[in-house]
Amino acid sequence: MSNDAASSSAGASAKPSRKPKYSKFTQQELPACKPLLTPGWVIAILMLVGAIFIPIGAIALLASNSVVEIVEQYETSCLPANITTKEARIRYIQDDTINKSCPVTLTVPKKMNNPVYVYYQLDHYYQNHRRYVKSRSDKQLLDGASTSNSDLDSCKPLKQFNNTPIIPCGLIAWSLFNDTYEFRRQNSAPIPVNKRGISWKSDRDHKFGSTVFPSNFPNNLNRNESNSAFIGGAGLNVSQPLSEAEDLIVWMRSAALPTFRKLWGKIETDLQAGEIISVNIANVYNTYEFGGKKKLVLSTTSWLGGKNNFLGIAYLTVGVLCIFLAIVFFLIHYKTPRPLGDTSYLSWNRKGNVNGLS
Amino acid sequence: MAEIKEDEEDARPPQISRDSSNKEKNSGRCVYINEGDRYPDLYCNNRVSNTKYNLWNFLPKNLWEQFGRFMNKYFLLIAILQLWPLITPVNPASTWGPLLLIFSVSACKEAWDDYNRYKLDKQANERMVWVVKKGVKTRIQAQDIHVGDIVWLREKDEVPCDMILLGSSDPQGVCYIETSTIDGETDLKTRVVPSPCIGLNSELLHKIKGIIECGYPDRDIRRLDANLRLFPPFIDTDYFPITVNNTLLQSCFIRNTEWACGVAVYTGNETKLGMSRGLPSPKLTAVDAMIDKLTGAIFVFQVVVVIILGFAGNAWKSTEADKLWYVHYPKAAPWYEFIVIPLRFELLCSIMIPISIKVSLDLAKSMYAKFIDWDLHMYDEKTDTPAVATNTAISEDLGQIEYILTDKTGTLTENLMLFKKCCIKGSCYGDSTRDAVKDPALLRALNENDPEVLKFLTVMAVCNTVVPSRSPNGSISYKAQSQDEEALVSAASHLRVVLLNKAANCVEVSVLGAVLEFDILDVLEFTSDRKKMSVIVRERQTGELKLLTKGADEAIFSSVHNDQQVRRVAEIVDQYSQMGLRTLCLAWRDIREEEYHDWSRKFKEASSSIVDREWKIAEVCVLMERNLELLGATAIEDKLQDGVAETIESLRDAGINFWMLTGDKQLTAAQIALSCNFVLPEPQGQLLYVQGATQSDVGASLERVLRTMQISSTEHKDVAFVIDGLALEFALKYYRQLFAEVASLCRTAICCRVTPSQKAQLVHLVKSWEFRTLAIGDGGNDVRMIQEAHVGVGISGREGLQAARAADYSLAKFRFLKRLILVHGRYSYNRSAFLSQYSIYKSLVLCFIQIFFSFVSGISGTSLFNSFSLMAYNVLYTSVPVMASVLDKDIDEKTVLQHPQILKYCQAGRLLNPSTFAGWFGRALFHGAVVFLITMHVYVNEKSEMEEVSLVALSGCIWLQAFVVALETSSFTTIQHIAIGGNLVAFYIFNLVASTVKWGGMYTIMFRICSQRAYWLTMLLIVGAGIGPIAALKFFRFFYRPSLINILQYRERRARVTEANATSSSSATSSGSTSSSQRAAQDEESSSVYQPLLLSTKDRTKRQ
Repeated sequence: MSNDAASSSAGASAKPSRKPKYSKFTQQELPACKPLLTPGWVIAILMLVGAIFIPIGAIALLASNSVVEIVEQYETSCLPANITTKEARIRYIQDDTINKSCPVTLTVPKKMNNPVYVYYQLDHYYQNHRRYVKSRSDKQLLDGASTSNSDLDSCKPLKQFNNTPIIPCGLIAWSLFNDTYEFRRQNSAPIPVNKRGISWKSDRDHKFGSTVFPSNFPNNLNRNESNSAFIGGAGLNVSQPLSEAEDLIVWMRSAALPTFRKLWGKIETDLQAGEIISVNIANVYNTYEFGGKKKLVLSTTSWLGGKNNFLGIAYLTVGVLCIFLAIVFFLIHYKTPRPLGDTSYLSWNRKGNVNGLS
Repeated sequence: MAEIKEDEEDARPPQISRDSSNKEKNSGRCVYINEGDRYPDLYCNNRVSNTKYNLWNFLPKNLWEQFGRFMNKYFLLIAILQLWPLITPVNPASTWGPLLLIFSVSACKEAWDDYNRYKLDKQANERMVWVVKKGVKTRIQAQDIHVGDIVWLREKDEVPCDMILLGSSDPQGVCYIETSTIDGETDLKTRVVPSPCIGLNSELLHKIKGIIECGYPDRDIRRLDANLRLFPPFIDTDYFPITVNNTLLQSCFIRNTEWACGVAVYTGNETKLGMSRGLPSPKLTAVDAMIDKLTGAIFVFQVVVVIILGFAGNAWKSTEADKLWYVHYPKAAPWYEFIVIPLRFELLCSIMIPISIKVSLDLAKSMYAKFIDWDLHMYDEKTDTPAVATNTAISEDLGQIEYILTDKTGTLTENLMLFKKCCIKGSCYGDSTRDAVKDPALLRALNENDPEVLKFLTVMAVCNTVVPSRSPNGSISYKAQSQDEEALVSAASHLRVVLLNKAANCVEVSVLGAVLEFDILDVLEFTSDRKKMSVIVRERQTGELKLLTKGADEAIFSSVHNDQQVRRVAEIVDQYSQMGLRTLCLAWRDIREEEYHDWSRKFKEASSSIVDREWKIAEVCVLMERNLELLGATAIEDKLQDGVAETIESLRDAGINFWMLTGDKQLTAAQIALSCNFVLPEPQGQLLYVQGATQSDVGASLERVLRTMQISSTEHKDVAFVIDGLALEFALKYYRQLFAEVASLCRTAICCRVTPSQKAQLVHLVKSWEFRTLAIGDGGNDVRMIQEAHVGVGISGREGLQAARAADYSLAKFRFLKRLILVHGRYSYNRSAFLSQYSIYKSLVLCFIQIFFSFVSGISGTSLFNSFSLMAYNVLYTSVPVMASVLDKDIDEKTVLQHPQILKYCQAGRLLNPSTFAGWFGRALFHGAVVFLITMHVYVNEKSEMEEVSLVALSGCIWLQAFVVALETSSFTTIQHIAIGGNLVAFYIFNLVASTVKWGGMYTIMFRICSQRAYWLTMLLIVGAGIGPIAALKFFRFFYRPSLINILQYRERRARVTEANATSSSSATSSGSTSSSQRAAQDEESSSVYQPLLLSTKDRTKRQ
């Protein structure tokens, strides 16, 4: 036996040892911090969170309330009173011969500093519908007619018209919103609306080609022609490149929710409180078929964006809840203090084996 | 013993009368020596092929194998569905990318392994060997060897195929081989040339002709049953039996022998080694099984969601969407229209089962295995043996072990045998102070030439399989496969009965200086069923025939003629056993010449049978081993390994039940069990014996034991039952139910005198009660048990490496088992439990957001997230932090080792089960809702732009993930800090880079939202609202419903705080530093953390 052991040790000196190398990692001995909170810490943290969240909430609410907003819903009010049924409304909106301009007056509740943003808001409009959201060809928007046929497949069902590719193809471009607004002050001086720069610069520069012009676009057909059924939304100026068709660029940024606002223009003058603005709406976009609402929105903006109380309220709620929880913890802790890590709570030290290692 | 063999007997095929006419029918193959080309096509050539694939079938075969798994099938189905542009919500690349990556990684790994195997095969196949074909010696490639060729080998050559030895350079026909490549044992083994061939010179060996009958190729490396018959002009013997001792198996090495030659009998992939190739079926851990179950549940949930949303989507489409002129639904829908929306949702929800879960689990598992390999605490300095995790996939199971079935010899003990005592003809030698070899009484008897003592010692020296080897300086060392035999021979040589030399059939023994020579006529080998071995020798000088026998007491007693003698020896053997010593009885008898003649014929017939040889030999042996004269008994001590008792105590505290399975006799086993802490000593503990030699006895005994247990179970007594092999056989056959009841009532069982197959049977039995079992053993007889158990652990000890090779884990010492289970097993389980549930949770969060989004997008199956985000979410954004959790430690190793009871948590599967998973599911639902609602309420009106909203929601998820991982991590090392924080930073860097790509959908988006104050407020709100309630709930539980783990965590912290205080105060008061640090140490002692906790060993209610 002894010479056996001797030979093995002799062998070990000759052979490289199989002993594992020591390192803190391999031995799982890396220095670690083990945060383990005491009730005191938890209460303090909850208080701290509350103390941070409540002011943020207050500030966010203030910012939201500083935004002045005028909302005018007009899809029903702009219809002639005698048109009530859905079918009649659809017939009305699709008839190009009727003048559909609709005067509306707005009162500015508070002073609106420029720029005042003009939005149109659509309700119940599913720009995020799967069929719709995919029906576009980013390649064609940038490259135009040179786009290969297969790259246009995503545009179905509006890929081609009369067996030639549509530019811009797809449902989104085809359903372009086409209500227009004219703003005048009380003294009938027109309020100029800047329609430049309402879209993302990156879209104008890199997503929509400056050499791509609309062609074979079904919306540009005349309503009187026999194939007027192919007309969707707004037509496009065939001499204007897509990179300058800012309404289209805005429209083609699909909205994630069925209720959305899209920027229509900017009013670059201040609007005084109490001022009455008359708007001439060309109510031509068909939302009657699906019962969607149309709203005109004039709004200023704050550092948080448009009017939205949600952030403020949510922060306040979470903050208050934290404080409340902190108080509850505090009360429980000081009414029935429990020694933590008490051996008597280890179930194997208890007779009944209560803590359930069954 | 005959009864034990009963069921095997039933299964035995009817015996075929062995005459030469039907020999060819029932034997496997006939090999014509030196006529290798006689049947060129009958047997394969010696081309070895370990490869699984070839160039042409690699792709289909590998793919087929990979798609054998359910998860992969699922992923493939999803990926194929995504090729249909009408329904795919995202770019198909988002699924195909990771899928192809995973598949090609595992295919490449397979291909690489296979290529290496091919290279090794090629090397082996193209090795040049000398072969005699039809009498002409030629040098050919190893792959061209045919059955029947004579292969010539030199020292250090590797044996190219299975051969039967025909000649060797040794005049006595001995050839030494090393078999480490087959069984891992490094000692040299002797092989002998069959006696008809002994003395043939190399010229004759070129011309030798003959026939060898052997069985069909099989994988048993311990057995090769064949018959050899040489043709004239060579000695025309009758059939000569060939055993494994006459063979050279493929891939052994020739050692210490100048040359050897043999005839090829099995070649190529039909060799013993070739047949035993093939990977064992992978073991599935309980965690894996649970994950599969949960994945199945998720799949069902997914199908339900898909059906509901599919119906809703179709309904919405038919009522609402037709009015949406801008969506432009065609009037006439194709026939498959109704299935489009459900399929879209199927694809949208397909990420519920993430591809990444398998990858990250596999990665984590290989990490656990590495930690085991690296662990210095499990490295044995003395033998230079680290712990090795051979199976890298089952570390979690270590943490859920409920039953340990352990071998005794070599596992609990050192397997270092010392001859302690003996009893010769009624007189005992050796006492507590002196070993028998130093007992003056024995030495005196020896000097007086006491014939009984000399007989006794002669049996000790001759009746064995020990090989003496004389070193150049004249000292003799003994090599043996059995440590007992080595101890006996060494002891005999101390008493001047020295085994000098052992040739093929001749033994030289120096008895008190006078050399006696014995011809060994037959060896009746030891088998675990017979439990004894005998040799028949003829003393050269006198010509007397003798049978020398040694074996287990009951095996010997049953064949002894003198009962008087037996009673006395039995008493002494019992005494020895009570001291925990291993006993063997020695006996002999004189044989008359004619009796031997008769018997020899029968024996030869039995040993040349090819079918059931072992059993037939056993039958014949009984005829010879009778009317023995009992000489006495020997007692050998086998010391317990260090730390066995503590290890067993800790593991028993951890709720693990122990069964000791041993070949030793009852009393020895019971003694060892007591000293190992298997049972508490009386009166707290009690051993109950299940005994009986007949079916009804065993039944009654079981009933009795059960009644006793039911009574004592109210007293919290530590009961264990002891059962021997015979009773076990009956119990398993006729009283399974009763036995199960008995077994379930006590935590310990001691099974003695059990055979290897019974060991495996017991493991199977415990497994059938749905317990997680671990089998630990060290020898070849434990291999079956080790392979049968959920986790097999091998001790790489003195009995070779066979067990260690077959095992999932191999350890150097039994005491490392404690660390393997409590530290590695427990951590692995905890980590995998977190990793798997978290992986599903994070995918569910994203999936719930998609589902919520579908309700605001006309249930049309729009994906909120773009393809890139979906792909990167699982693969890039969330995989790194969670992988860092393989370093997480909920409580220190030290604490675990002090409170092994905490393991019960893992055993009961309390960290991964449907209810914990329900928690994660709920959390996913909650977090999905938080992210969705907050995003959709902040990003309204003019901000409601798809790409922006999508990225806001995604970053909300990423923020939540960072905090969830941090919340669930108990110990933060630098790596975790980097992984969690760095991952968040990497997410932004990644998306900012992606936002610079002009043609991508994300162009400028990340820059845009990062510059919005509302975005950062949204993130903060999501984190606050998402983590707040969960953290509050966690802390509430921690304080008011603490789990055992929490309590220990807190105690650890308190210990750390006191320690820190002590050191800070000691540094402040430098003068009294020593005293205060002493006080700190005392504090540590007195603070209850380090006090052993009271134990109340509760019997857990067991699942039946």
